[in-house]
Amino acid sequence: MEPTSHSFPENVRAGLADPILQRALGLARTGFPLRRRQAIERLPEFETLREEGRAIKDHTLAHLDFYLELYEKNVTASGGQVHWARNAAEARAAVLEICRSVGARIVTKGKSMVAEEIALNDHLEANGITPIETDLGEYIIQLRHEPPSHIIAPAIHLMKEQVADAFRAAHTELDPDRALEEPRALCEEARAILRPHFLAADVGITGANFLIAETGSSIIVTNEGNGDLTQTLPRVHIVVTSLEKIVPTLEDATTLLRLLARSATGQEFSSYTTLSTGPRRPGDLDGPDEYHVVLLDNGRTDLIGGEFQDMLRCLRCAACLNHCPVYVAVGGHAYGWVYPGPMGAVLTPALVGLGEAGHLPNASTFCGRCEAVCPVKIPLPKMMRHWREREFKEALSPPVYRAGLRLWAWLARRPELYHRMVEIKARLLGWLGKTHGRFRSLPLASGWTLVRDMPAPEGRSFHSLWAERRGPNGADGRPR
Amino acid sequence: MSTAREDILAGIRRGLRRGPLLAEPAARLAEGVAAHRRNLIPARAAALDERARIDLFVAMAEEVQTTVARVASDDKVPAEVARYLAAENLPAELVMAPDPGLDAIPWDTRPLLAVRRGRAEPDDAVSVTPCLAGIAETGTLLLVSGRDTPTTLNFLPDTHIVVLRAGQVVASYEDGWDLVRARASSTPEAWPRTVNLITGPSRTGDIEQRIQLGAHGPRRLHIVLVDDPEAAANGPPPG
Repeated sequence: MEPTSHSFPENVRAGLADPILQRALGLARTGFPLRRRQAIERLPEFETLREEGRAIKDHTLAHLDFYLELYEKNVTASGGQVHWARNAAEARAAVLEICRSVGARIVTKGKSMVAEEIALNDHLEANGITPIETDLGEYIIQLRHEPPSHIIAPAIHLMKEQVADAFRAAHTELDPDRALEEPRALCEEARAILRPHFLAADVGITGANFLIAETGSSIIVTNEGNGDLTQTLPRVHIVVTSLEKIVPTLEDATTLLRLLARSATGQEFSSYTTLSTGPRRPGDLDGPDEYHVVLLDNGRTDLIGGEFQDMLRCLRCAACLNHCPVYVAVGGHAYGWVYPGPMGAVLTPALVGLGEAGHLPNASTFCGRCEAVCPVKIPLPKMMRHWREREFKEALSPPVYRAGLRLWAWLARRPELYHRMVEIKARLLGWLGKTHGRFRSLPLASGWTLVRDMPAPEGRSFHSLWAERRGPNGADGRPR
Repeated sequence: MSTAREDILAGIRRGLRRGPLLAEPAARLAEGVAAHRRNLIPARAAALDERARIDLFVAMAEEVQTTVARVASDDKVPAEVARYLAAENLPAELVMAPDPGLDAIPWDTRPLLAVRRGRAEPDDAVSVTPCLAGIAETGTLLLVSGRDTPTTLNFLPDTHIVVLRAGQVVASYEDGWDLVRARASSTPEAWPRTVNLITGPSRTGDIEQRIQLGAHGPRRLHIVLVDDPEAAANGPPPG
């Protein structure tokens, strides 16, 4: 998809004003964090597993060439084929070529964020092949012709009424008066509609949560079973994935699997964790005749050895989205591309450019929850700060903003003057606001006061209060 | 080979500020892979004796809406399957994996149970399969594909019944990998095409985060757990 990250401020305003989106996000805000916490409280080793998970990923990235070559060797030995793709266009071309080689007309798809990243569906459609999303959330948004708004719950921005509307509009062969009030009915309808597609598909495309160098296997982690039907029934299975998904051994993947479901949905383990290794064996009664892996780079290797390398540890669990005060207020579409929330704020500028996505790393209060919940301890706030520094250095932010920042930096480097000015400001605002205790509007602060009041300071700056309480000799710091 | 492959590998090495690994460090990494070294395994299941391990397996499986029936021996399996199908109001027809272990079960003691052996077809409502292991840590079943164990049985039918022997219940996923490796080294097809870790029936929370069972895969997952003291004494049988 074409990124619209440059219009993040407009997207945010639209999101905040959308009552359906706000109701849907209300469910997400409480549900995901609660279930994650409950799952983690049951596993005393969780913190140690995070450390191990981080170490596994760091070790793999430090020897990425070795493990990718070993992986390819083992895929080939099991009868599969790896297609290396430097960019989205090469990945799309590889998929299309495989589809054409078997005369494919219908392609079923399991959920894959990399497939979203390379805009695979549009490319297949433009070439006369019908892609059918089979994950319930992906199916819903495919009917609505919109991108996912969350990396593991693509339709999280919708309420059941919107889903029912989409189903009525698409499934015109069914009784228009049927009851679709309950999620149960919607789920049954999707199951019944999609089952014949699973059986008719010529090619099944899935993503991968992990690739295992030791065995040449790909792993998908799902709950619905759609990914398994997608990759078991058609003649050809294509795995569309990116190269940082690699881990050395089954044991290493297992440690990360213990982190993944708990961080993502708060489950002990997802319903289906499936390893796929090559095509069907001689004598097998089912399974695909061909097994292909399209291995995408698309800018990832450029991050190796630099300040954003840690981002390549990401497991795509979405814990950082679910715990981000910005994401749960504005929703995923505001971010304007495939990856929203804190992980998207770091990854999107790397993949589509800082000029397009410069707003995203600025959309953070640096509250630090994203890093605190990340199963592989990615320092997301630090990396957003790196992007902000780059944006300033490369003069990509608006002139007024940059002038303000320069003025502030000039002041901040002169502590005496800075403290004095803050004291004056605190006294002035304290005096002006002493009647109501808050301001309905303030010059230069309309971004704050448009949607809420600004509390008035008490009349003293923190620094002067602190100096007073410490006493002249810098004693114990307790109030006297 | 393709230039994309070469470009990507060169880009990685540029980032890592080195050339291709020398023979000695590469050999060390290869040894590390071959060692199958385990990382931390949670104490939850690892510290338990066999009886407690099986109890944990059952409790964890039931927590995710798997149903479990325990029977004393193989010859009680057909009656339990018939009872389950009747209780769920399902037809007494099933498709079964053509597996020697399942064939050893005296299905003919239940002549009203229609049993077909093979892969699953779209109209099959109930499947019966063996498994390689049960993993106590999360109540997870480990199944592998092979000529006797087609994968479609695990996903196409609405109801999936798995026969699990008590001696097959292991503590961790890692214990399960060792079983897959042992099996792969003793059979001609080597590593299985598919390894399925199955934890409960199919589900989705994609609409308003309200969990619905039976999204696309089986609506019901039923385990017949055979408490077979002889098999338990001899360790887990091969799949």
